[in-house]
Amino acid sequence: MHDGQWREWHPYVSPCDPCPPIKTKWYVVPPNQFIPFQPMNLPQFPLDEALRRGTLWPALYSPYPSKQKTKGG
Amino acid sequence: MPEQNEPEKRPERGDERYRQELEELQKVDFALVELSLYLDTHPNDIQAIQQFNQLAHKRAQLAHAFELRYGPLMQFGHSFTRYPWQWKDTPWPWQV
Amino acid sequence: MWIYEKKLQYPVKVSKCDPRMARYLIEQYGGADGELSAALRYLNQRYSIPDKVIGLLTDIGTEEFAHLEMIATMVYKLTKDATPEMLEAAGLGPHFVNHDNALFYESAGGVPWTATYIQAKGDPIADLYEDIAAEEKARATYQWLIDMTDDVDIQDSLKFLREREIVHSMRFKEAVEILKADREQKKVF
Repeated sequence: MHDGQWREWHPYVSPCDPCPPIKTKWYVVPPNQFIPFQPMNLPQFPLDEALRRGTLWPALYSPYPSKQKTKGG
Repeated sequence: MPEQNEPEKRPERGDERYRQELEELQKVDFALVELSLYLDTHPNDIQAIQQFNQLAHKRAQLAHAFELRYGPLMQFGHSFTRYPWQWKDTPWPWQV
Repeated sequence: MWIYEKKLQYPVKVSKCDPRMARYLIEQYGGADGELSAALRYLNQRYSIPDKVIGLLTDIGTEEFAHLEMIATMVYKLTKDATPEMLEAAGLGPHFVNHDNALFYESAGGVPWTATYIQAKGDPIADLYEDIAAEEKARATYQWLIDMTDDVDIQDSLKFLREREIVHSMRFKEAVEILKADREQKKVF
């Protein structure tokens, strides 16, 4: 979550909330949001890596770690 | 069922070598998908067009070699067939 | 016309027998923002969109069918050898009594697919913004699906599909730019 694609926010916590509060919430802002029109000649992944990552261009790559896995599930 | 051809180990659809060779084709084909979508919005990028044509050539070679070993990838005359008709051969992509 | 290719776009692997996950994955098979909706939405919009972006809608719509097949592959593998008891324990009892282990175009909540999921306004900007929204919604669904499984092989395929939504969204945004102005001649840095 330290790749610059994540934003955090802090929901209001009421003393009357029945569940233990989640104090920090996260959402992802993928890199396509910052590219109005893809420039030509961007660096590319090697072909085997491109398939694994789902894109040919590192500039468009957005990792997503499973919340289950980080929990050790 | 008697087990025949045990020592020869001919390449067979669905085995490990099949999956490896399929993945080599999938790598090239994926780059071609990416470049196709990119060129749909960047039709004047000559370097991308050169890369597209090079990969399309490589793709044709890989697919040809794959089909000789494992049978047709495509139907309706885009691939050749041996006797008997190979299209029905398993495994289908979701069964591999 | 379309010609089928006897291979998946991406090598899908499933390492854990988990019909519960199949039940959730169905959202991307027959749900509102699923791959069937995506394919049919783009291929249908082609007929009224300006000529400059017909190629893009055709190609992305076609790729969506490859993604539909990947989702079907995961569901097939997750339910292939499951007994009625296993399906019932996974919450698939209602599905089983209607469909056995056949796939059906429905959402994870069991709602059958409907054409009302897709739009065609005939206005190119409205249609492309719908497409961009659809890609971002599908990306979000893939995130929640990735969060619902600890099978790293399923996570791997879902991460691929999630990334494709990002690339498609990028291309649709570029299509909007192309329609806003003649950007084809112009180099943008």
